[in-house]
Amino acid sequence: MKEEVTLMKGNEAVAIAAIRYGCDGYFGYPITPQSEVLETLEAEMPWETTGMVVLQAESEVAAINMVYGGAATGKAVMTSSSSPGISLKQEGISYIAAAMLPALILNVMRGGPGLGTIQPSQADYFQATKGGGHGDYHLIVLAPASVQEMVDFVGLGFDLSFKYLTPAMILADGIVGQMMEKVVLPPQRPRRTDEEVKAQCPWAATGRTGMRERNVVTSLEMDPARMEVNNHKLQAVYKEIEKNECRWEEKNVEDADYLIVAFGSVARICEKAAEIAAEKGIKVGLLRPITLWPFPKDAVEKAAQGKKGILVVELNAGQMIEDVRLATHDRLPVEHFGRLGGIIPSPSEIVDALEEKFKA
Amino acid sequence: MKIEEIIKEENKVYSAPRLLDETDMHYCPGCSHGVVHKLVAEVLDEMGLTEITVGVSPVGCAVFAYNYINVDWVEAAHGRAPAVATAVKRLWPNNVVFTYQGDGDMAAIGTAESIHAANRGENIVMIFVNNAIYGMTGGQMAPTTLLGQKTSTTPYGRRVDLNGHPLEITELMKLLDGTCYVTRQAVHTPAAVRKTKAALKKAFQNSIDKKGTSVVEVVSTCNSGWKLSPEKANQWMVDNMFPKYPLGDLKNL
Amino acid sequence: MKEEIIIAGFGGQGVLSMGKILAYSGLMDDKEVTWFPAYGPEQRGGTANVTVILSDEKISSPIVDAYDVVIALNQQSLDKFAPKVKKGGILIYDTNGIHKVPEVEDASIYPIDAMTATLEIGNPKAYNMVVLGALLEAMPYKLPKENVVKGLKKSLPERYHHLIPLNEQAIEKGGELLKK
Repeated sequence: MKEEVTLMKGNEAVAIAAIRYGCDGYFGYPITPQSEVLETLEAEMPWETTGMVVLQAESEVAAINMVYGGAATGKAVMTSSSSPGISLKQEGISYIAAAMLPALILNVMRGGPGLGTIQPSQADYFQATKGGGHGDYHLIVLAPASVQEMVDFVGLGFDLSFKYLTPAMILADGIVGQMMEKVVLPPQRPRRTDEEVKAQCPWAATGRTGMRERNVVTSLEMDPARMEVNNHKLQAVYKEIEKNECRWEEKNVEDADYLIVAFGSVARICEKAAEIAAEKGIKVGLLRPITLWPFPKDAVEKAAQGKKGILVVELNAGQMIEDVRLATHDRLPVEHFGRLGGIIPSPSEIVDALEEKFKA
Repeated sequence: MKIEEIIKEENKVYSAPRLLDETDMHYCPGCSHGVVHKLVAEVLDEMGLTEITVGVSPVGCAVFAYNYINVDWVEAAHGRAPAVATAVKRLWPNNVVFTYQGDGDMAAIGTAESIHAANRGENIVMIFVNNAIYGMTGGQMAPTTLLGQKTSTTPYGRRVDLNGHPLEITELMKLLDGTCYVTRQAVHTPAAVRKTKAALKKAFQNSIDKKGTSVVEVVSTCNSGWKLSPEKANQWMVDNMFPKYPLGDLKNL
Repeated sequence: MKEEIIIAGFGGQGVLSMGKILAYSGLMDDKEVTWFPAYGPEQRGGTANVTVILSDEKISSPIVDAYDVVIALNQQSLDKFAPKVKKGGILIYDTNGIHKVPEVEDASIYPIDAMTATLEIGNPKAYNMVVLGALLEAMPYKLPKENVVKGLKKSLPERYHHLIPLNEQAIEKGGELLKK
């Protein structure tokens, strides 16, 4: 299959992107608003073409542990879910991070807490970027703002995950999951052969080929001294990731009085808001963090210089704002505007908030 | 006859399994796990499966199985071994994949994963060590704890009205269309050990032949948890466990 | 060129698939497109709406405050979205079941009887294509017909391709409604 331009929902695009990346296995459990990922994979039957395994598990808990098992053998495996389901996966995610395994997890966020709503939200920012499960660990968190990025981040997520042996999460919202957009699909890549997997992942539990030393994938270590060493190993990897992998996008930041910081599809609504503000004579720049962890704090600090204030716009009660305040050391006013429970703000609502909070 | 004349390869009648490490096990003296480990190591070696075997160890006393049996391992979260094994087997269909699970793993926290892996007929072997108690955490009630049996969380004996019934998970496994072989064995006598070994061989062969899920329950002792000497524990098992969990094949397709 | 369009009605009226066909047609005409649905958890009934944006340029927000074209297929949708027609914009609504039309200034208003037109075609499933026909006729941006047919082919599963002539007929009919 060659590169292809088409129209697709974000969720469907993730499924196709996974096949084309050469993903080895997907394990999931249906939950709105992301069930199209599993549905699309089942309809595409990639086991007949690339040999990719697709399995509807009995629960989110089982699905993430299947991902753990697959990742432990060096295969490129993934799961997807939405907020309540991602909560169920947290134990497994912690194990995957602790065992230093590559894996890709998609969260198409819906409004919470609890069973909440099926409408879009960004209220899992804390969960995704600050841990989620138990212990000192991080995920690489990518926030797509378009269907194209849903596609691109499947590849990027797997690549980073294998590079750093750290699980990656695509933290999408229901908007980008359910929206259809023009998208360029990458050409089909072949899946790695079993021999290639063994060569690339000499740590993987694949059987003692050639009677090599045994490989054990575990997160357990009863000796506190050795457990501390394991933790330091993780922290060293996180430092590398923070140094190398911060990604963000800026628009009109230089020539602006105010800065809006927003991620995911909300950043696009803010782009429109900035246009409306400009018509009113308010100069607004936009910074969109693409990696939420590592958070592009240096970029935010730099963009904040000379601004009268920062408005952080999120579909939550104020989560990323904490990272923005840390990045700017509270040297300038940082305000929050958020809608909750699945409500999506319109561009003019954001402009109103900007005017009200900064008397702009 | 001098001892040097006796110690000769041709006179050897028994040796330690090659896949069993020569390290001290953390298991209590008298525990059944050591014997089951030995059998797994023997069977895998005899069947020539070392290079293609991946074991999935549980949470519970057997959590360190990977330190004793010299094959590749993945250490699963409590109860999730069958889900982990499912993925390993699906992604490496020509490998031999087995889980090693205790009663908590198989029949309490991991009931869903165990039942569903077996129901899908995953071509894996599930080794189920049932000693009717939680050994590692200090002797609490297991789903398979017998009525009247004292544990640290049923200090006056398990009661139906408070704790429900002992769960016959292996009988449940038998009912599932995905299982091809469901058997219940023990390792308290040389004869029982031989039968368990034969059962494990059959189970691994089923996995190679992709016949579906094989479940090998080993009714076991936990003399520390039961607060009995190893010998008395064996007798208690024969007198109390076997009537509730009778030995033999439940299903053999 | 940029057209910001909302199509709103009851679930089951084909609102989302009409938006999809419009979006695919735009794609076939080399436009940038976004299609963003909003609907309740129920599969039938309830309200559904979809925002479709067609543009020469890259599209920022898939959600907007005001629309170049509002299509309302029931009273609730008309009440909610008629006030959001841009100045100089277009409002199309199906007259069936409408008892009160909100005042809209400085917009072209097209009441259509799409239901009756659909009944004349004889296949109730063609309803949304009649409405699409009216939209294509009303929009200043003229989508070439061959690209609409391409869009139909792209968005309909193969097993429904025998219905494409019927859909074309319905689109034609919808266009005529507007010419009257």
